[in-house]
Amino acid sequence: MPVITYREAIRHALAEELERDSNVVVLGEEVAQFNGAYKVTEGLLAKFGPKRIVDTPISEAGFIGMGLGASMLGVRPVMELMFWSFYSVAFDQILNNAANVRYMSGGQINCPIVIRGPANGGTNVGATHSHTPENVLANHPGIKVVVPSTAADAKGLLKAAIRDNDPVMFLENTLLYGEKGEVPDGDIVIPLGLADIKREGTDLTIVTYGRSVHHSLAAAAILEKEHNISVEIVDLRTIRPLDIDTVLKSVAKTHRVLIVEEQKPFASVGSQLAFMIQKEAFDELDGPIHRLATIDAPAIYSPPVETEQLPNPARVLKAALAAME
Amino acid sequence: MSKKTTATADKNDAAQVSPAAQAPVNAKLTKDERIELYRKMVRIRRFEERSLRAYQAKKIGGFLHLYIGQEAVAVGACSLMGKHDHVITAYRDHGHAIAVGMDSKPLMAELYGKVTGCSKGKGGSMHYFDPSRNYWGGHGIVGGQIPLGVGLAYGVKYLGQKGAAMAFMGDGAVNQGAVHEAYNLAALWDLPVVFVIENNRYSMGTSQERSSAGPGLAQRAEAYGMAWDVCDGHDVYEVRATMDKALNRARDEFKPSVVEIDTYRYRGHSVADPDKTYRDKAEIEEYQRTRDPITLFQQTLLGEGVLNEALVELIDTEARAEADIAADFSEASPYPTVEDIQKDVYWEVDNPTQRTSQGRLFFE
Repeated sequence: MPVITYREAIRHALAEELERDSNVVVLGEEVAQFNGAYKVTEGLLAKFGPKRIVDTPISEAGFIGMGLGASMLGVRPVMELMFWSFYSVAFDQILNNAANVRYMSGGQINCPIVIRGPANGGTNVGATHSHTPENVLANHPGIKVVVPSTAADAKGLLKAAIRDNDPVMFLENTLLYGEKGEVPDGDIVIPLGLADIKREGTDLTIVTYGRSVHHSLAAAAILEKEHNISVEIVDLRTIRPLDIDTVLKSVAKTHRVLIVEEQKPFASVGSQLAFMIQKEAFDELDGPIHRLATIDAPAIYSPPVETEQLPNPARVLKAALAAME
Repeated sequence: MSKKTTATADKNDAAQVSPAAQAPVNAKLTKDERIELYRKMVRIRRFEERSLRAYQAKKIGGFLHLYIGQEAVAVGACSLMGKHDHVITAYRDHGHAIAVGMDSKPLMAELYGKVTGCSKGKGGSMHYFDPSRNYWGGHGIVGGQIPLGVGLAYGVKYLGQKGAAMAFMGDGAVNQGAVHEAYNLAALWDLPVVFVIENNRYSMGTSQERSSAGPGLAQRAEAYGMAWDVCDGHDVYEVRATMDKALNRARDEFKPSVVEIDTYRYRGHSVADPDKTYRDKAEIEEYQRTRDPITLFQQTLLGEGVLNEALVELIDTEARAEADIAADFSEASPYPTVEDIQKDVYWEVDNPTQRTSQGRLFFE
């Protein structure tokens, strides 16, 4: 099976969908001539031309809103945010318009738009560029939220997102763009709302997504080797819709839960998960649900300290041991 | 009001002939088409008056932003629509809905919050939609609809159609960042859009002098290299003549423009506005007496021999009856159910046989 980077996997998904459907168009800052701020869209302009691959001004509210308006007419725009952190200047367009238009029109209007880009900390860019808004986005019925952790998932989920008739928010990670993984050739489509067991185990369930999946896998290897603890890792892949059934099934097997998320803890994705697990699997739990989140402050700049603010293998290890007590 | 046209405020002879009557787009109108323009304006006014009574009788919740006084703007502009022309506006959206041809019953029922409403009672007064008539709302956030309007124009162009989008906003919206971003995109990419500023002068309750810098609202188009124009929104012929030029510029040349239409609302910003703090009652009365768009057009059509007193009376009677029938229909209609709350959120949920995703979409 071909081994490609997460970045290439996203690019392949874009190229294949551009090829498949002439209504798909890619718009964003520096996506065309510059070849993408993170080179995700490299080569697409040369292949598909300026009608399909469009450089926008630095104008997120304007171009996201424009894409949304075009989607109402049946165009299927894939909008790149250079950083998801910039969603704040397009908040009205994303969360008032994209999320609400179908509802407020009584179901008459669809908005098949994808908004994608990286959402992560860990790159020493400070508080304005390190937001992880999946919880904020998922709080809005009407939109879907995807956070892929591997190259194969990124490709398969992005293809599903582009074909979806509802607005999909697709959150990538600059620190994963260069990570390689096996990705099947051709038309792989992974349904939204389907979690993936990234590691099977019997003693502890770690529910996680995005880059935290990799931290959790690293910690799980140590837990196995040094503490004889068998960890099962559930990668949500999609936040909304949410595959809670796979989570509950794992909890029924291990009876202990740790949630790991690169999220501020207050009203996070983990908060919702913890509520659902206690509500629906209370009798399966042998202990309280534990959670490891980002340390609750704006993202710190200081490079070595930022690593400690975010989930990392050492912090996951410590939290896992606490969950086993 | 644009400083370019303040002189027209002195117009006081209601019977004078509109100079725009001879514009080709108006000269070609048949007698029936002229009557239909008049009828639509009257229907809007009677609809609004009836909805106000329903609001006062506590049949309607939330806000109610009435279009009374501005009828010639929506009717004139929307009367020019072709197959691939589109309309989007803000929350003072009832007039445009009737102007594009929506039936008054589902419009009134929407105000009543009934399932027979145009948005099944889910949108309310500020959120009317009818994509089958190229009417894309009905948007509640000042200026937030303008990027969507540019998107409609982008879509028309991308799909290879010949058409234009009309993106309506009030004079308060011109100071929103999203509007300027939209201007820039439209001009940069030659998109077929007409930005229509319905300048009713008060940006809620803060007059243009107290809210907007610069010599005029439409004139800001110059900064983006866009054409601009201003016109008298009390004269439906002038609205048509001005908008016709802008729409053809969009359709034929893919050039956007900004049109500022001077108009006036007789009622408060919404019916919750006591309307006592920012303008004189005498000013409202002066507009009603000398600039009323329906009275002016009635005089014009009487002068043209298109209307007569009996027909004026009949049109008014029918419009009042239509509004009453719409209110009765709304009264008799059921509310949506609690189960309906979670319908129309996701396309997939409403089309379960075509669902491709898995997992839970709703939470408790």
